Amino acid sequence: MNNLSDRKVVIAFIFLIIGLIFILRLFYVQIINNKYKIDSDQNVLREVIQYPARGLIYDRNGVLLVYNEAAYDLMVVPRLVKEIDTLEFCQLLGIKLEDFRTKFYKARDYSRYKPSVFEKEISSKEYAKIQEKLFAYPGFYAQTRTLRKYPRESAAHVLGYIGEVNQKIIDNDSYYKSGDYIGKSGIELSYESLLRGKRGVKRVLVDVHNREKGSYMDGELDTMAVTGETIYLSIDAIIQEYGEKLMQNKRGSIVAIEPETGEILALVSAPAYNPNLLVGRDVKKNYPVLSNDELKPLFNRALMASYPPGSTFKTVQALIALQDGVINEQTGFPCIKSNVGCHNHPTATDVVSSIKMSCNPYYFSVFRKILLQNKSTSLFKDSEIGLAQWSKQVKKFGLGVRLETDLPSIQKGFIPDVDFYDKWYGKGRWAFSTIYSLSIGQGEIGVVPLQMANLSTILANRGYFYTPHLLKRIEKTDTIPSIFKIKHQVGVEAKYFTPIVEGMLKVVEEAGGTARRAKIDSIQVCGKTGTAQNPHGEDHSIFIAFAPKDNPKIAIAVYIENAGFGGTWAAPIASLIMEKYLKGSIKDLEKEKRILEANLMEVVQKKNKTSIH
Amino acid sequence: MRNQKNIFANIDNITVILYVVLVFIGWISIYAAVYNEEHHSIFDISQRYGMQLLWISAAFVIALIILLIDAQFYTAFAYPIFIGLLLTLIGVLLFGAEVKGSKSWFKIGSFALQPSEFGKFATALALAKYLSTMNIKMQDLKTKLIASVIIGAPAILILLQNDTGSTLVYASFVFVLYREGLSGNVLLIALYTAFLFVISLLMRINTFTFFSNLVLTGDQLLIVILALIAALIIYVTQRTKKFWMIVVAGFIFSAGLIFSVDYIFENVLEPHQSKRINVLLGIESDPKGAGYNVNQSLIAIGSGGFAGKGFLEGTQTKFDFVPEQSTDFIFCTIGEEWGFLGSFVLICLYVGLFLRIIFLAERQRSIFSRIYGYAVASILFFHFLINIGMAIGLAPVIGIPLPFISYGGSSLWSFTILLFIFIKLDAERINVLR
Repeated sequence: MNNLSDRKVVIAFIFLIIGLIFILRLFYVQIINNKYKIDSDQNVLREVIQYPARGLIYDRNGVLLVYNEAAYDLMVVPRLVKEIDTLEFCQLLGIKLEDFRTKFYKARDYSRYKPSVFEKEISSKEYAKIQEKLFAYPGFYAQTRTLRKYPRESAAHVLGYIGEVNQKIIDNDSYYKSGDYIGKSGIELSYESLLRGKRGVKRVLVDVHNREKGSYMDGELDTMAVTGETIYLSIDAIIQEYGEKLMQNKRGSIVAIEPETGEILALVSAPAYNPNLLVGRDVKKNYPVLSNDELKPLFNRALMASYPPGSTFKTVQALIALQDGVINEQTGFPCIKSNVGCHNHPTATDVVSSIKMSCNPYYFSVFRKILLQNKSTSLFKDSEIGLAQWSKQVKKFGLGVRLETDLPSIQKGFIPDVDFYDKWYGKGRWAFSTIYSLSIGQGEIGVVPLQMANLSTILANRGYFYTPHLLKRIEKTDTIPSIFKIKHQVGVEAKYFTPIVEGMLKVVEEAGGTARRAKIDSIQVCGKTGTAQNPHGEDHSIFIAFAPKDNPKIAIAVYIENAGFGGTWAAPIASLIMEKYLKGSIKDLEKEKRILEANLMEVVQKKNKTSIH
Repeated sequence: MRNQKNIFANIDNITVILYVVLVFIGWISIYAAVYNEEHHSIFDISQRYGMQLLWISAAFVIALIILLIDAQFYTAFAYPIFIGLLLTLIGVLLFGAEVKGSKSWFKIGSFALQPSEFGKFATALALAKYLSTMNIKMQDLKTKLIASVIIGAPAILILLQNDTGSTLVYASFVFVLYREGLSGNVLLIALYTAFLFVISLLMRINTFTFFSNLVLTGDQLLIVILALIAALIIYVTQRTKKFWMIVVAGFIFSAGLIFSVDYIFENVLEPHQSKRINVLLGIESDPKGAGYNVNQSLIAIGSGGFAGKGFLEGTQTKFDFVPEQSTDFIFCTIGEEWGFLGSFVLICLYVGLFLRIIFLAERQRSIFSRIYGYAVASILFFHFLINIGMAIGLAPVIGIPLPFISYGGSSLWSFTILLFIFIKLDAERINVLR
């Protein structure tokens, strides 16, 4: 049997070969193939995003306007979910059974082992109910997020709202990841980069049950979340809220500006909505309601609604005419109602009384002087030269151009120019006689309320403005963007403002003025009424004003839709706001009561088409 | 002749050292696998490393007792031990406790013992005793039958306990039979059968289309190919009638096997067993189900890289991604924490041990000792083959322990007894004539 002992070689050979195969396989798995190292990291490494708290927003006096409230995202790890009483669970969360299934299957399809968001943005009040019973539902747990909270329930159009980023945003901006919040409108959108702060990432090791087991590399690669900047708005919360209160049951807007700085003190668009409606889970429910509302509460009239300026525009016409030297302070024109209508009043013998009485034929003549300066023998050509010049001058007042304020989606309004009429009527086929309704701020001209408030500012400052803005300061840096510090001159010398301001004072203070209702005890108010023609119904009531006359502290524009003559509604509202701001309280409570009780919501049909004030 | 001093003097130190090193590596790995910052004392018996320390101490005592017992005892009592074992296996079937689907445990309080583990050395003793009897020739059919009964009886009893893994271990005795004269053709036929089984499994899921309208199933195609090969062999080589008949018989056997694969796969194997084989062969991919263990095991081992993540630094094993990581998948801990270097050393240690045992077996004057030695080497090798093969995705998932390393008292003791009886036999080889 000697040959049998050779078989030891065969057996030893098999043992060796197997050992060698194992070593080769290990060499491949451990050294050549990299896949398992990546898989290993995927197994144990979890990036836990540290969501930063969004920056707080205060008003100019340190009144808190926006803060963060804890909210909860209900997370689910499908693998850990046991048999549960689905019906009871749905009742607890306030969702439908089919929603539960959809959400659960979606989470399970994503991953059985990794957590997914099951129900987003549960408020702390709702969560308190859920929390007590959550232990009975293994696989579900809550993750803290924050929701915006608006304690004053006002200034919704200014503040805007935030929402979760959509795929388009994620594709365009590498900062954002699914689940992040972003400002969708208002200040939240304009100052998104300041307010959002910086997301942090914590890398943690997890075990097979997804339990945290400590930090990766002792946290060397972790980044901390950086809280968003706290910002102070120029808004005065008291004035803002008072404005909103006065605008109840009315449509229109109020914009008030501090003339010295261009800071917006109040920006009211009515009807408004409670900003807390567009927070968290409720957005889904409330947004469609608001956006389908006939009264368009989401529409920010102060920035987006373009109306003719009406008679308030006479101030601009007078200033341009004075600057051009085509009239002087003493120029008078008779009130001939053949071209434009007018109310009955004594003849305006100078610029001051023309403003005080708002004489339409007077400004028909002024505008004719501006346009027809005899620079060409052709009436058409002369009108063209005049309009080109005029259009440029008007735009320097911030009209017909986009004011680069810090709210998104502002409209620029419209100041007609030569090109426009060339397209409209044909070149050389229009002249002053075609376009004279511009003289009294009617016709093709359009301005938004913010631009009107800016016009008040220009009048208050006697010739310059700073772009109206809402940011007062950023907490840590104490600066604001430099574009808000540029002094814009309107190209009319300060001395020409004197008669205009004088006229505006008489509008309010003197018998025969068009806005006696705007008078405030012991403060000199300068104002100008306007009525914007509205083809769809009753005219819009307009008032622009500033106070006090010398060293003005507040400039304002008020638009009330379908409220008729400017002196009736817009003027008293403007005066109440100014009085509240300058004196802190209202003396004439009857005046306040009349406004608060007025309901101007009904669209009233036009009563008197011809009268223009 | 018997000198107490000589008992220790003649012991093969290399084998003992390899044994101690492997046991030590095992304990270290169990410590790492269940390590958890809250527990510090290595004697804490609420933890597996604490328990294993107890098992190891007991194993050393057992080894010492074995060395102290006269070698004659093992030859003399080979059959009684074997019969005692069979009775115990029957006993456990009747009175045993079920753990993880296998009814293979005796429980006394919190202490559990798995008798099937001890079947290995008892069977090895009985087989050695039988084959070393005078006038026994492997070529005789009677010898083959009786040897089959000795190996098969405990194997079947363990299969009845629903412990497939431990049953398969008995296949390793084929090496012993081969060494003692079983025709090499038996090994080749076994290999050929396994090969055909795998090929058939891989092909049966497909159908093949020829000449645009002739559709063959995988099985049919395989038989056509085999028929062509058979015809070719007959055509090329001698055309004696005897050879012709052998080839035809081989072909019929192959065809029968191919057709029975479906039946075996669907009816004989348990569904989870079929699934494991499918996953191994890449027919099914199921990284979260049957393939989960192997996938996680490969991730753990693969992520170890060249030098490993370091002792107690293995994230995959420490955070429980690998199931059964202190028992069947203990190799993952070594692969992850000690890397390719550590794995390489471990494989060298094992292969070194196997070769050392063969070397020792071959120097025995007693046939009994030689056969027993081969049985020891074969059993250890089979565990090594399946356990590490499974961990690195080369063998189906069969739950059998890695000798000396996996956690568990029964297996450690049984391997210790198995090995130390041989060490004792070897130490007394000079005193034994046959």
